[in-house]
Amino acid sequence: MRTVPPSASGPLICSSRSHGPGNRRMRALLLGIVLFIASTGLCAQTRTPEDSLAARVQACTGCHGPQGRATPDGYYPRIAGKPAGYLYNQLRHFRDGRRSAASMTWMVDLLPDAYLREIAGHFAQQHPPYPSPMTVAVGRDVMERGRALAMAGDPSKQLPACTSCHGEGLLGVEPAVPGLLGLPRDYLNAQFGAWRNGTRRAHAPDCMAEVTRRMAPDDIAAVTAWLASQPVPAQARAQAAALKARPLDCGGLDP
Amino acid sequence: MTWRHPLRSRRALSVWLVIAALVLVGIWGVRNSGTWSRAQPDTSDRPAAGIANELSGDSARANPTISRGAYLALAGNCAGCHTARGGQPYAGGRQIETPFGSVYTSNLTPDEQTGLGRWSADDFWRALHDGRSRDGRALNPAFPYTSYTRVTREDSDALFAWLRTLPQVAQANQPAALAFPWNLPGLIEAWRWLYFRAETFAPDASRDAQWNRGAYLVQGLGHCGECHTARNALGALSGTPLGGADLMPQGWHAPSLRSREAGSVEVWTPQQAVLWLQSGLNQSAVATGPMARVITNSLQHLDLNDLQAMQAYLRTLEQAAATARTSTKSAAIDPGYLTLGSQLYSKHCADCHGEAGEGAPPHYPVLVGNRTVTQDSSINLIRSVLHGGFAPATRSNPRPYGMPPFGPLLNDREAGAVLSFMRTAWGHRAAPIEPREVNTLRGVPVE
Repeated sequence: MRTVPPSASGPLICSSRSHGPGNRRMRALLLGIVLFIASTGLCAQTRTPEDSLAARVQACTGCHGPQGRATPDGYYPRIAGKPAGYLYNQLRHFRDGRRSAASMTWMVDLLPDAYLREIAGHFAQQHPPYPSPMTVAVGRDVMERGRALAMAGDPSKQLPACTSCHGEGLLGVEPAVPGLLGLPRDYLNAQFGAWRNGTRRAHAPDCMAEVTRRMAPDDIAAVTAWLASQPVPAQARAQAAALKARPLDCGGLDP
Repeated sequence: MTWRHPLRSRRALSVWLVIAALVLVGIWGVRNSGTWSRAQPDTSDRPAAGIANELSGDSARANPTISRGAYLALAGNCAGCHTARGGQPYAGGRQIETPFGSVYTSNLTPDEQTGLGRWSADDFWRALHDGRSRDGRALNPAFPYTSYTRVTREDSDALFAWLRTLPQVAQANQPAALAFPWNLPGLIEAWRWLYFRAETFAPDASRDAQWNRGAYLVQGLGHCGECHTARNALGALSGTPLGGADLMPQGWHAPSLRSREAGSVEVWTPQQAVLWLQSGLNQSAVATGPMARVITNSLQHLDLNDLQAMQAYLRTLEQAAATARTSTKSAAIDPGYLTLGSQLYSKHCADCHGEAGEGAPPHYPVLVGNRTVTQDSSINLIRSVLHGGFAPATRSNPRPYGMPPFGPLLNDREAGAVLSFMRTAWGHRAAPIEPREVNTLRGVPVE
């Protein structure tokens, strides 16, 4: 191999592919040099992963979007801005088998509590803007039933209003009650389904399992239609603390 | 689409195999190939150590036998199987999928009714060493007594003494759910007749104490061969010990520890090998899949001396003859496939792994010369791209970096193309990956 010209120093070669002019032999030579340098580990020294949580959790943002901003046109839920205690609980639920999603369990299977808490805190602090909600094609009466359930509940079925726990703006309550807006309707429906058949559980007492038991399928369809079609204010944040006593006893709210 | 293991799709054939095997046993002789060469017949049967049952709490931790037992339980990764997801430690109940059906791990806590409460150290030794339960019943070899048989009586007693100190958990064991004909009574006895003899670990006098300690851990409690050694159609370890094997139905590959192209530690310095065993990370490799679990739950907790011993032993394994790396698939791959792969690589992979595959080790693995990329089996490579995942979280790396799953983003052709590019770029000469290979693994849940 010929002597490497001074201009072809390590960082230059490492930076990217060569797009300049040159004949095939020169490219082959350059490739050889790149391979040689890469194999000796010199290149490695020029690249260092960013030491940030954002860099560490790219495994999460692959599905949940940059900063955890997944939009309601898919299935993956937005995790940005959800209360940290809620996110931490969910990560542990996936790891410990109380929630069932193979890809999530796989991700967190071997991660310790301290790291899960840190990851949860990271996404809780992200507040990218919410996109416009999806249009949900249901009749006006269904939408009205959904709004009524969310805002007032149904005393005849002992159903509390969503707002009584999830905050008056339905944007969650610190530290561990999630917001319900800005989520895909499919995701919301799937959660009710999972509570019904026991594949989503929370710490005991599992109040959402109880709420779900009291809801007819039509009620679920109505409330998810309404929730998924609500716009979210730009400065939306979870409520600092519950204003009123909760209608049901819930576990895991002091994670 | 579900993973169809050849064993399952040929179940009828397997029935005949069982029958044929039983008929042929007389011709075969009593031992099958694939045993560790230095094993010798069992001669140890000394009486129980007489461990007091009352030990617990601080007094237990202060007792050297019990603390040694706790350490040995980590070395054997007992909790890895004997703890259900989210369940009480060592109370069992974890479902283990095998090609023959599901088995459920048993309760090792000292509960009288459902655990080992009524067991003696002799009973425990018999299970570990001879694969028989307290009532004499032959245990399903999914419990790897085929390896644990080499554990010494002294270590067995220490393990048992420590298990006695665990909190009692009342959790009944679940019977195995094996498919016909594997559920036939007496089949495990027949299997044992063919494939199992209790043995003791025999140190090699020509090697030093470190090597022998490593061999003892690897062949015994470490039960490395249970994954890294190939099994025959009846599930018996029949390949060259640690010569590599596909893990089915889990859908992973345990690389050959005798091949420089696959998983041999020979390509690493002793320090790099220990670092990898301890953290799952070094400058050229990241552990994933079941091995990440082994490192997190077991190996990271071992003493440096033991890790050094294991790598010293593994280093001396005779290398398998390199297989001719000719691919019949290469010709069938059209240039557009690799071009697509190159484009996808730049778009999705280069940010972390570098345009030239140089990575940013150890957190963004180097792909040039990376054996997960280039080894013959593409299973782990496909799994990594489809499912991503975090490096093992260990004491030395408690906040690991993670790779996104690309399964939702890339279709089978795209994933196959980008992996084929990686396997043929940068001087690599590995066989390309066809879309159907990606598709086959896509349907296998990760665990």
